Amino acid sequence: MASLDDLKKRITSVKSTQKITKAMKMVAAAKLKRAQDSAEKGRPYSEKMNNIILNLSSGISDKETAPKLLSGSGKEQVHLCVVLTSDRGLCGGFNSNIIKKAKSYFAKLNKEGKELKIITVGSKGNDQLKRVYGNKIIENISFKNSKNTNYFDAEKVGKIIIEKFQKEEFDICTIFYNQFKNVITQIPQAQQIIPLNTKSDDQNNSEDSYEFEPDEDEILSNLLPKNISTQIFKAMLENSASEQGARMSAMDNATRNAGEMVDKLTIEYNRSRQAAITKELIEIISGAESL
Amino acid sequence: MSDEFKIEIVNPEKSFLSKEDVNEVVVPAFEGEMGILKDHITIISFLKPGIITIQAKSGEEKYYVEDGIIEFKNNTLSILTSYILNLKDIEKNKLQELLKNAEEESNKPEISDQLKYLADQKVETIKSIN
Repeated sequence: MASLDDLKKRITSVKSTQKITKAMKMVAAAKLKRAQDSAEKGRPYSEKMNNIILNLSSGISDKETAPKLLSGSGKEQVHLCVVLTSDRGLCGGFNSNIIKKAKSYFAKLNKEGKELKIITVGSKGNDQLKRVYGNKIIENISFKNSKNTNYFDAEKVGKIIIEKFQKEEFDICTIFYNQFKNVITQIPQAQQIIPLNTKSDDQNNSEDSYEFEPDEDEILSNLLPKNISTQIFKAMLENSASEQGARMSAMDNATRNAGEMVDKLTIEYNRSRQAAITKELIEIISGAESL
Repeated sequence: MSDEFKIEIVNPEKSFLSKEDVNEVVVPAFEGEMGILKDHITIISFLKPGIITIQAKSGEEKYYVEDGIIEFKNNTLSILTSYILNLKDIEKNKLQELLKNAEEESNKPEISDQLKYLADQKVETIKSIN
């Protein structure tokens, strides 16, 4: 059995860990509120953007001349996967969930004999992927220095992707991120952004005849790159809300576990203290008896 | 009453502005300035750098935008833009910074014609604010 001093030391150390995790939980909770707010505020933009693009693409008559970002390059050989993760750890299964989702997708691609290229956003994803897929990672982007998720970061990523698409370095682009459902649940998502999936919402085919100035093609070719940045921005917002949520619940668990541990250790401490006292008493009594 | 319509300006971070009592909006559309009144035909267009002027019952407001898409439908004008500033709260040094960036961009050697045109537009607009 550990000595009384050792037990005491352990109790203090667990207690101070508990203080840290508790503080981290509070910080995450405050940040979560902000991240959720901005995710909510960012929603109208991406929704409107989506609507306009749906309207536009349904109005396009000739699929042949449609911009490549919409119709694809006609091949499906090279896949680009953009994996969005966080830059910081200690957030439970947040990063591992995205990586797991991405890895199963990569395995599927491998089986089909497709070529794979990876861009990682956030250093944690890069750390986890480079062991197995190190030679496939063509770019690693990290926004450690930006305080909040902002559109310009998303635009940077978007520009890199579009540049690579124009150089015909890949045919299909998919992004991986965590969708925020609530504090406990985040759902890893895979979303294809190039070519754009326009079939998803077909409910309002109400033949609104729009006037276009200039013509559809030109607007579309102007709009689609923006849409990519917007989609990435949306994913980044969802991700940051998810990250804080995941961290909050992870830290909550850690605090609770530390509490349990302190309880257990305290009982052990008291028990061994009592045992020591009893032992001493017995020694004294038996000493007195022998006289 | 009857010739008022609704305007919504959103940027990626938030819903920037929403007004219900707008009489006229002039936007810097790609092929020239465009004035929009109530019952305009449904239209989609995109913007070049310039000034959006909103004539509302509550007064006139001017905004500087760098790009954007507009959609007019059912008497609602939606403007999506990634960079927008209210002319009223623009500061002198911010303006200088924007101007410097824009000029740098337009003087890049490898710039494409379209981008060059947009950058020049930006420079001109910012100068006109000054």
